[in-house]
Amino acid sequence: MDDKKPSTSDILAKIRAQKAAAAAVTPAPVAAPASVVTPAVTPPAAIAPQAKPGSTKDILAAIRAKGAIPAAGPSAPAVAGVSVQSEVKAVAASTSPRPSVQDMLKAVREGQGVPSSAKPTVAATSAGKVPVVAPPVPSKPVMASKKVVQPRRGFLMNVVVTISYPFLSAFRVAWTSMAAVTGVATLGTARFMFPNVLVEPPSKFKVGPMSDYPLNSVSNKWKDQYGVWIVHTDQYEGRNLVFALASVCTHLGCTPSWLDGEQKFKCPCHGSGFYMTGVNFEGPAPRPLERVGLKIAEGMLEVDKSVKFQGEMGQWNDAASFVELA
Amino acid sequence: MSVGDYIRGSQIWKSIFRHPAPVDRRNRIVVMLTNFFLHLHPVSIKQQGIALSYTWCMGGITFFLFLVETVTGVLLMFYYRPTLEFAFNDILALRDVTTLGIMREIHRWAAHAMVITVWLHMYRVFLTGSYKPPREFNWVIGVLLLVLTLLLSFTGYLLPWDQLAIWAITVGSNMARATPVLGYEGPGAQLLNVGGFDLITNGSDARFLLLGSRFVSEATLNRFYILHCVAIPLVVALLTAIHFWRIRKDGGISQPL
Repeated sequence: MDDKKPSTSDILAKIRAQKAAAAAVTPAPVAAPASVVTPAVTPPAAIAPQAKPGSTKDILAAIRAKGAIPAAGPSAPAVAGVSVQSEVKAVAASTSPRPSVQDMLKAVREGQGVPSSAKPTVAATSAGKVPVVAPPVPSKPVMASKKVVQPRRGFLMNVVVTISYPFLSAFRVAWTSMAAVTGVATLGTARFMFPNVLVEPPSKFKVGPMSDYPLNSVSNKWKDQYGVWIVHTDQYEGRNLVFALASVCTHLGCTPSWLDGEQKFKCPCHGSGFYMTGVNFEGPAPRPLERVGLKIAEGMLEVDKSVKFQGEMGQWNDAASFVELA
Repeated sequence: MSVGDYIRGSQIWKSIFRHPAPVDRRNRIVVMLTNFFLHLHPVSIKQQGIALSYTWCMGGITFFLFLVETVTGVLLMFYYRPTLEFAFNDILALRDVTTLGIMREIHRWAAHAMVITVWLHMYRVFLTGSYKPPREFNWVIGVLLLVLTLLLSFTGYLLPWDQLAIWAITVGSNMARATPVLGYEGPGAQLLNVGGFDLITNGSDARFLLLGSRFVSEATLNRFYILHCVAIPLVVALLTAIHFWRIRKDGGISQPL
């Protein structure tokens, strides 16, 4: 505050004096602190229409003019929060029959009732906020301060209450119904989007008898329809094997071609090359072509595209990935 | 702080709605004025103006049915292909193998109901004199919406591609042959010829424009599919928005005298 204006202590002293006088005069001294601080809790909107004091000087003038009584009113909040707080303390100190805040806090901590008829409690006294002081209330009998134990609601009762909650008024029934219909419709729509019948080639299909595939040949017969080559070769580990290779390049998924003259699979996209066995040997492809399932069923070779076998992971040793001839 | 307060206090919520919950009269007005959809509707209406005995709620039910048709129609499009090879089989598959494919029946019944409610709405508006100035333009838009509703029914009728559909559209579209001047069997068609050469033939008249061929064919099926699923609904949605907005602009819903 400005040094030239009255200092805070001046203001406080003034107020203290006024309050002491008021307390002495007022029939119900108890009411004093409450009415003094009431303006502090009044919403700003209520004060707004009145002229707001511009400076500390104005405020002091207002206080002086209004004298002792609490009507000091709307200007009070404009005084810094500290002063109002101090004001309360001052009042508490000046009226000796009543206990100080410290006394009351101590009493509360020790779990005892406040032995006075007045019980002004200071709340929310953090800096920068106008303190809110609860109005004095008559001290309660000791009996009332004991915690009353509510009878516990049974588990079943809890269930009943919870379940019946959404149906206890027409409004709730309406919203419950709407939520239910929306939920069911959403779930139904989600289910609707999952077809029961698939329009796609079967993952298992027969590719004819073993005799269709002579040794060391690659068959393009099923490549367009199913995307597999049937290979019969003895170049892989010297074993006489028939297996099915997926016609998907392991580089970026293009479809390679079997070049019979060069005896290799060649991918047209980036030049990856694979031996007849499916093992990669040139270009960017990082791993061999993948085998799919192959077995003999009812005398025919049957391809199962739902399973795949990767050579670099040792899965080509799986007996489901080839048919071995004696 | 409740969860609701937390959500309403979040930046996401505020960025979308930009006003508090409609807890008082001012905010109820603000809600109506700042919402794209709600602003089509009057901010306030007289209670007797929306009495069920007065409006029959037929306009509202029609709009509700249009929403039903839109939602179920979009879903049905996921399982329907408008080609000779698939159209009829896809309809059968909806019935036989698709879970909740019964939705097609909802689409069909709602379509029937919508035609009825549009008529009843029009009847109510006529009986209450709600077509009179200043609402005469909204009546005109309503008539357009009636025609479009009937066209939606007509175009949708072909899509199952069964015998009923094909022959109904064949018979229905035969009317277009008799269009004055522009139908090749209509009066005045023979006037449009250049040096003895007829401009209006069965390959160039109004019916041909509608069907995309001389008889109901795959071209017709595709054409009606596009009209039914895209073109007409877009126009209906636009006109419906104007229809609602004009109610507000023409002084709110009409009142009982």
